[in-house]
Amino acid sequence: MTWRAIAITIVAVAASACGGNQSMFNPQGPAARSIAGLGWLLFGVSTLVYLLVLAASGWALARRRRPEDDEPDGDRALTKWVTVAAAVTVVTLLAMTVASVAAGRGLTSPSGPGAVTVDVIGHQWWWDFQYRDVTPSDIVASPNELHIPVGVPVVLNVMSRDVIHSFWVPNLHGKRDLIPGQVTRTWIQADAPGVYRGQCAEFCGHQHANMALIVVAEPMAQFREWLQQQRRPAPEPSSDLQRRGREVFLQSPCASCHTIRGTDAGSRFGPELTHVASRRTIAAGTLPNTRGHLAEWIADAQAIKPGSRMPSNVVAAADLQALLSYVRSLR
Amino acid sequence: MQEAASLAGAVPARVDDPRLARELEQTWRVPHGIIGWFSVVDHRTIGLRYIVTAFGFFIVAGILAALMRIQLAVPNNHFLGPDLYNQVFTVHGTMMMFLFAVPIMQALGVYLVPLMVGTRNIAFPRLNTFSYFVYLFGGVMLCVTMLVNSAPDVGWFAYVPLAGPDYTPGKRADFWAQLITFTEVSGLAVAVELVATIFKTRAPGMTLNRMPLFVWAMLIMAFMVIFAMPSVVTGSTFLLLDRLVGTHFYNPAEGGDALLWQHLFWFFGHPEVYIIFVPALGIVSSIIATFTRRPVFGYTAMVIALVATGFIGFGLWVHHMFATGLPQLGLTYFTAASMIIAIPSGVQIFCWIASLWRGRPRFDTPLLFVLGFIAIFVLGGLSGVTLASLPFDLQVHDTYYVVAHFHYVLLGGAVFPLIGGIYYWFPKMTGRMMSDRLGRWNFWVLFLGFNITFFPMHILGIQGMPRRVYTYPAEMGWGTLNLVASAGALLLVVGGALFVYNVVRSRAAGAPAGDNPWDADTLEWSVSSPPPVYNFLHIPVVEGRNAVWDRSADAPIVTGLGSDRREVLVSDVIDAEPSNTCTYPEPTIWPFLAAVVTSAFFITSIFTAWAVPVFALPLTVVLIGWFWPGRGEE
Repeated sequence: MTWRAIAITIVAVAASACGGNQSMFNPQGPAARSIAGLGWLLFGVSTLVYLLVLAASGWALARRRRPEDDEPDGDRALTKWVTVAAAVTVVTLLAMTVASVAAGRGLTSPSGPGAVTVDVIGHQWWWDFQYRDVTPSDIVASPNELHIPVGVPVVLNVMSRDVIHSFWVPNLHGKRDLIPGQVTRTWIQADAPGVYRGQCAEFCGHQHANMALIVVAEPMAQFREWLQQQRRPAPEPSSDLQRRGREVFLQSPCASCHTIRGTDAGSRFGPELTHVASRRTIAAGTLPNTRGHLAEWIADAQAIKPGSRMPSNVVAAADLQALLSYVRSLR
Repeated sequence: MQEAASLAGAVPARVDDPRLARELEQTWRVPHGIIGWFSVVDHRTIGLRYIVTAFGFFIVAGILAALMRIQLAVPNNHFLGPDLYNQVFTVHGTMMMFLFAVPIMQALGVYLVPLMVGTRNIAFPRLNTFSYFVYLFGGVMLCVTMLVNSAPDVGWFAYVPLAGPDYTPGKRADFWAQLITFTEVSGLAVAVELVATIFKTRAPGMTLNRMPLFVWAMLIMAFMVIFAMPSVVTGSTFLLLDRLVGTHFYNPAEGGDALLWQHLFWFFGHPEVYIIFVPALGIVSSIIATFTRRPVFGYTAMVIALVATGFIGFGLWVHHMFATGLPQLGLTYFTAASMIIAIPSGVQIFCWIASLWRGRPRFDTPLLFVLGFIAIFVLGGLSGVTLASLPFDLQVHDTYYVVAHFHYVLLGGAVFPLIGGIYYWFPKMTGRMMSDRLGRWNFWVLFLGFNITFFPMHILGIQGMPRRVYTYPAEMGWGTLNLVASAGALLLVVGGALFVYNVVRSRAAGAPAGDNPWDADTLEWSVSSPPPVYNFLHIPVVEGRNAVWDRSADAPIVTGLGSDRREVLVSDVIDAEPSNTCTYPEPTIWPFLAAVVTSAFFITSIFTAWAVPVFALPLTVVLIGWFWPGRGEE
């Protein structure tokens, strides 16, 4: 009974696994598509082999025994069958190896310079994406939110500041480890505009579970516009409340970890906040970027991400409101 | 321990020379009393202790797994926080691999191999006692760290720099690294004993090509231990040095290399799974031969497949590192090697199916577990083939797909045969049968529980759920399958409890087994159940590949071995021609004392490097005591 149940489940799985926003069978770029195709091939062959082995076992157990079966002649036929099965195994594995090498060509390292190059830097427990530029002041940092133009390969220089992490956006490509002490190159490409979720895939300590990121793919013009916007320093406060918020920020522990370009806050320990209000999530993909969640995060980060480097801050209610207004203005 | 006393009192069923039996009984007696308990050098007693202890750790690690399934049953759960969860999954993995899986397989070897090759005790019996206590103390240390909230929390693989001094201050990672030292010392000791026992003390006539497949499997396992474990000992020692005295083996800022750890670890870690799996293949072959009443089909092919697995198992380790960005050409080699290892496994599966085909299967509990093994292991093997593919692995690496895969090959591939093996050998070890009725229930509950728990994890992995996460957001849509998996885990707990209940009840009140209840073929079934302390009244002479089935009525026996001292026959490696005799040492307290001092040394060295000079003297003293020539020793 279980065999049939398993077979049915496999089919059901194959159908259901395609969905899901972090599924490898929902490819949105050439690399992920090539892997997904290979995956279906491997699953098909494996399922077939599995059913054959189960059928052979079932037959071996259930067949009617005859007295002449105890004759040694029977072994010759068996030897033939075992040899054939072994030969088929060898050929099948060879075919899978070839298919796998063919699908893997060009997959792990970029073929050309790429339209855009981004440095991917891992931290416990957030991502920094830095867009290189010849002018140092034009280097853009976009923590936890990687913007890319659609339809072109984007080269990623992958590295880590502390422990090993692994960059993984299943809809676009497989994993690449971020290893301290070395920089490796990989690439991604999205075919269509959209937001794709990824998360750290190498155990990196306490908050490994909450080290997510999103990739925002948009048309080239829009991407350039975004990049231009991100190059600007933080906007000046436009109200008294926001001005007070900036004071709170600069005089509280916030400034000792975060950078807001255009102010005196310049520490690189935590994620840069110059344009934090333009981002979709906070706390590395943990919470949607709303005023309420931001308040929670500032006041009680340790309850949301226990062990994270962001402390729970004691801020007077009025100061918190001012701080929120200011931070929410950093678009 | 109870079994020691009952063994000493047992009356062997096949005594045809009461005077000789009495003398041997006196010479090989198992010492009594508290000091006696710590002095035992008898392979059956130590083997049983190993088995019971390893199952104890299996239960603890299983409870930890249940805690993880509770935490993951629903999204955003707060049952275990990240700190506790990370300790729990680390200890679960570490305990299962180092304190259960490898030791239990070696334990079966310690108990069964001397009986199967027809000798009176394991080679280096005092080392055997020492290895057991070192293993026990190491395991107890890990349990204590859990109780005081200092358990390792860096994963059973302890990747640096996370496990290094900068990112895991405190002593948690040191306990992990030192546990490795404990288990490696005991594991290497047992491996050496098994190789020596198999190569040098086989009964006359048991040439290499007549050796039972179980013994072959144990031999391959022992060699794999000897070649794999030094790598992780080196790695964990470097880690301790980095942490304790400030070396920089793994510190990239000072010219060290984080990837060095991964190479050292996986050069051991991949063979490790074959170290666990190969003995299980031996169990499967034993059970299939007995319950089809025919020798396993294709003996030569089976042996070659085991040896090939042993070799190829050392050429795959980089498939754990596909995502690190190593050069493409090298990775292609490891894809090919990882595919190739499926060939010997396939050949063995085909030979077993052929054995089932030509035999007349008798569906007792042990065979049910073997059939369950085939159904589960083949699926796990096939998912393993998909993981060998570099591009596919880049997606599913470090996801629940891998968790599903290795539970299929380790639980299905090793624990199912193991439990079948316990049902099979329990009568030999205790003299009583386990309940077959309960055994059937036991099998079906475990089989269903296993598939309900682990099959959905394949899908979770494909849907992008990473491993080692203490929680996940509800929006990801992973909740339902996780709940199903957790429900299956409940069945696994019930199945485990059934097994323990059956063991406890059958030991007290099972039906008497007799010498050979299954009409099995290997030499352990030719003596009483449980076997006498000296194993064989007369060492048998083996006449064919089927030691018991082929035995003629007037089969020759070995005579002339001394019964006034612990004399055993030594034979040559290939043909088992008797070459000389050797006298095994008497029971003594020194190996236990040596284990105490060694353990104290290992634990102290977690805290201070001064442990090295401080413990040099006591170690010297206990070793002198251990090797002081005793009565009848040359």
